[in-house]
Amino acid sequence: MANITIDGKQYTVKDGITIIEAIDQTKGSDVPRYCYHPGLSIAGNCRVCQVEVEKMPRTVIACNTTVAEGMVIHTQSEKAKVSQKVVLEFLLANHPLDCPVCDQAGECKLQDYYMEYGTYDPKFNENKVKKTKKAVAIGPTINLDQERCVLCSRCVRFTDEITKTHEFGIFDRGDHAKVDVYSELNNKYSGNVADICPVGALTDRDFRFKMRVWYLAKKKSVCPGCSRGCNISIETENSRPYHLKKERVMRLKPVENPDVNKWWMCDDGRYAYKSIDAGRIEKVQVRKAGKLEETTWENALAAAGQILTEAASNPGRWAFITSPQHTNEELFLQKKFFKDALKVGKTAYAWSFDHGFEDNFLIKADKNPNTAGASEIFGAAEDISKVVDAAKRGEIDGLIIFGRDLARYGADTLAVLRAKVKTILYCGVNVNAASAVADLVLPAASYAELDGTFTNFEGRVQRIRKAIEPMQDARPSWKIVQDLAAGQGMIWKNKRSEDVFAALAAESAAFKGLTYAGLEPHGKIWSGTTAGAAETASAGAR
Amino acid sequence: MSAANANYGLAPAGLEPVVSRYFNLPDAWKIETVLKLGAYETAKKALAGKPEDVLKVVMDSGLRGCGGAGFPTGKKWSFLPKDTKKPIYLVINADEGEPGTCKDRYILERDPHSLIEGIIMSCYAIKSHKCYIYIRGEYVLPAARTQAAVDEAYAKGFLGDNVFGSGYRVDITVHRGAGAYICGEETALLNSLEGKRGLPRLKPPFPAVVGLFGCPTIINNVETIASVMHIGRMGAENFVKWGGGAIGPHLYSVSGHVAKPGVYELPMGITLRDIIYTHAGGVRGGKKIKAVIPGGMSAKILRADEIDVKMDFDSLKAAGTMLGSSGVMVMDEDVCMVKALLYACRFFAHESCGQCSPCREGTGWALKIIERIYRGEGRLEDLDTLLSVAGGMEGRTICVFAEAAAWPIQSYIAKFRSEFEDYIKSGKSAGRDMAAAHAH
Repeated sequence: MANITIDGKQYTVKDGITIIEAIDQTKGSDVPRYCYHPGLSIAGNCRVCQVEVEKMPRTVIACNTTVAEGMVIHTQSEKAKVSQKVVLEFLLANHPLDCPVCDQAGECKLQDYYMEYGTYDPKFNENKVKKTKKAVAIGPTINLDQERCVLCSRCVRFTDEITKTHEFGIFDRGDHAKVDVYSELNNKYSGNVADICPVGALTDRDFRFKMRVWYLAKKKSVCPGCSRGCNISIETENSRPYHLKKERVMRLKPVENPDVNKWWMCDDGRYAYKSIDAGRIEKVQVRKAGKLEETTWENALAAAGQILTEAASNPGRWAFITSPQHTNEELFLQKKFFKDALKVGKTAYAWSFDHGFEDNFLIKADKNPNTAGASEIFGAAEDISKVVDAAKRGEIDGLIIFGRDLARYGADTLAVLRAKVKTILYCGVNVNAASAVADLVLPAASYAELDGTFTNFEGRVQRIRKAIEPMQDARPSWKIVQDLAAGQGMIWKNKRSEDVFAALAAESAAFKGLTYAGLEPHGKIWSGTTAGAAETASAGAR
Repeated sequence: MSAANANYGLAPAGLEPVVSRYFNLPDAWKIETVLKLGAYETAKKALAGKPEDVLKVVMDSGLRGCGGAGFPTGKKWSFLPKDTKKPIYLVINADEGEPGTCKDRYILERDPHSLIEGIIMSCYAIKSHKCYIYIRGEYVLPAARTQAAVDEAYAKGFLGDNVFGSGYRVDITVHRGAGAYICGEETALLNSLEGKRGLPRLKPPFPAVVGLFGCPTIINNVETIASVMHIGRMGAENFVKWGGGAIGPHLYSVSGHVAKPGVYELPMGITLRDIIYTHAGGVRGGKKIKAVIPGGMSAKILRADEIDVKMDFDSLKAAGTMLGSSGVMVMDEDVCMVKALLYACRFFAHESCGQCSPCREGTGWALKIIERIYRGEGRLEDLDTLLSVAGGMEGRTICVFAEAAAWPIQSYIAKFRSEFEDYIKSGKSAGRDMAAAHAH
């Protein structure tokens, strides 16, 4: 350990760390930085993280100077400030200053640092260097603007060190140096380069010009795209419902979690948010004379009550199908009601279609965020295909489906099922072939519209948060289940998702001891077992 | 050799030249020529003794690097980790790119065997078995001659697995650069040698610990390693006292407006005035001196009244400039300092690797200002902006290129400010480039 002083405050930090790491760990001070990124190697080329170290003749860069016992560091002294300002002035010399038409405006480190470290007295009176690629797509996800680039090389290092796909390079010398690609930027993690680009050189084509970032509302959540459970920020437009065809979710961004995804997320997860605002089941619907018609929740619950009373008379010929896309809370109440209370003959949540691409970084083959939770809550369950087969053989009178599109078993599956099964109740987020044939359709809130938890492949329980209100008639499905149960005389008084989680933690050994507050900030490994438990988080190993 | 350049490597009358001794000897680049004169005998003797003996004689000589920084060679060697399991590399920096410098070229071209012999001894001293000679891309003939000399040395058994039958292995690979000034910066050179972009590396770690291919590496200049052989040949004491000096012989490249430009081998510490007037024949056409750059383009300029300075590392440092690569550039009274600075700025803006923001943007910025002044569109405040750009670059970058680019700006303006101001005010040059300026 080394005893050091930063801006007059004394700290004890680990030996061998750099000054910038000490600054970031102790959080008492800050220095500007462009090239430094904790997830990448040290480049030391932007030169802006200048600090004064007593007994050193010149200011030094904080990112490549190791702390030493007794070191006295100043980030705010006259000498340090002058150095930081001088470097920033150089960085801005050839910058096009096209902030009014730059999508990075509002989250641009040139803007931010200019406010704090600018000279406010521009001396540059010359023609700026023109570079050729401005607003040029370099792949399906990213646009390049060479003139805005500060040549920090973060994108080069990301594709060299993290994805090892080596698309980026820096070409030419001197003030004509520019970032470009050797080949199209088209890898599974390409979106991250827009996140780590500190300026407007690399922007996300999906997000460009959708809205100014200062209008964004942000909520920390978990990506539902696979069983990794990358931490994300759901960034939404909440204030202007007329904007962009009423799309509310504007983008997803990764949130640092050292134990799960570090600073990154994959493109599959990043761009999968569109189903939140498109293709939704917006209204409660009931089938009348062969047609689905809008109805009220009250009428729908009454209709559901009749259906479930009927089911209760012969539950052995009823089946319940759900999916590990649901939160632990949703799955817990589903199990309590349909399996334990109603005692349906078959319960299934797993199918083979959720198995997909996997790599040795973040992307897991299991495309569900909560398979571990589902298997803990439901225990050993049949594959959905068994239920579908039984229904096709005419062994099922009623199907209660939560969020599964059975058309995956073949386009004619639902026509066959419709002919063989008397009653189909569907509860889910998006319209699909199963919801289209149901007798009763109950719209559920998407993961962006509810609080809850997912359990990832290694048994890490993490919080998801409501970022936007449920669309139209949609409600969190655990509340729907609670109402369905109430209709059958089972009164649960959970007001918040957190109450459901407390009930789950009280009943389940795996969740024992966990609370919402206790899951902060990086989630907690439960005491249950998971298929993936032996597997160390490969993100962590990286 | 033509009469016109017969003065290359001239040592003072009556003195036996050292490093330049074969510069005027026909076919001295051929091994048969120099073997008859005793080449490789010194290395042979060294390999019969202990590595420490070579190290000691280099230490005793106080030899300092001739590439520009003047770092003591023996001390540099001592930074190598003691019990490393990795191979140790010796890299010869023959990327002689400093404007006004051409001394290493003559060693490579005219006496490459003195370098190879120095390499054998140096490798032995630092326990290295592999040496790379990195030659700048423009040096076509020097590279060809050096490669031929290396081939000859292999054929004679002076290189390879069993040097002189001693059982010691030394291999040499000649590698040609692609023509970037920055690759003369030792860590950029290492990157270039590894096949990467020639960008200087962040230090620490230093090359002696993490160098070529991640292994401990010593990088020395051509003249330095050739001198190692000569020190071994003459003994440290004779080397140091050569020519009545106190440091040893040194190669000075003299160019510009002198009557006899060339490479001169003189005792280090001779005055700049002596070099110009005693050896290089004075100023061409009997003109007066206006300014002299003592150590290559990067060195701060001296005025005519400052040329009594001694041409060694410490004296020039005390005079506010540096010996650098010992490239002496003499400017006569007709030179336009605005144009001289324009040339310097153009060079550094062209050669900045572009890695560090201050240097990347600063060298280009300075060039644009001086170009504007040169076109007659200058403003008086431009001079202070130039100084602030230069001062801003200085000391805030990975390598010393930014300093090299800043020093001409700072020194030309400091020492010739009134000329710059007159040019800006009148739009006219004080020198003979006036017509050119207006034609521009």
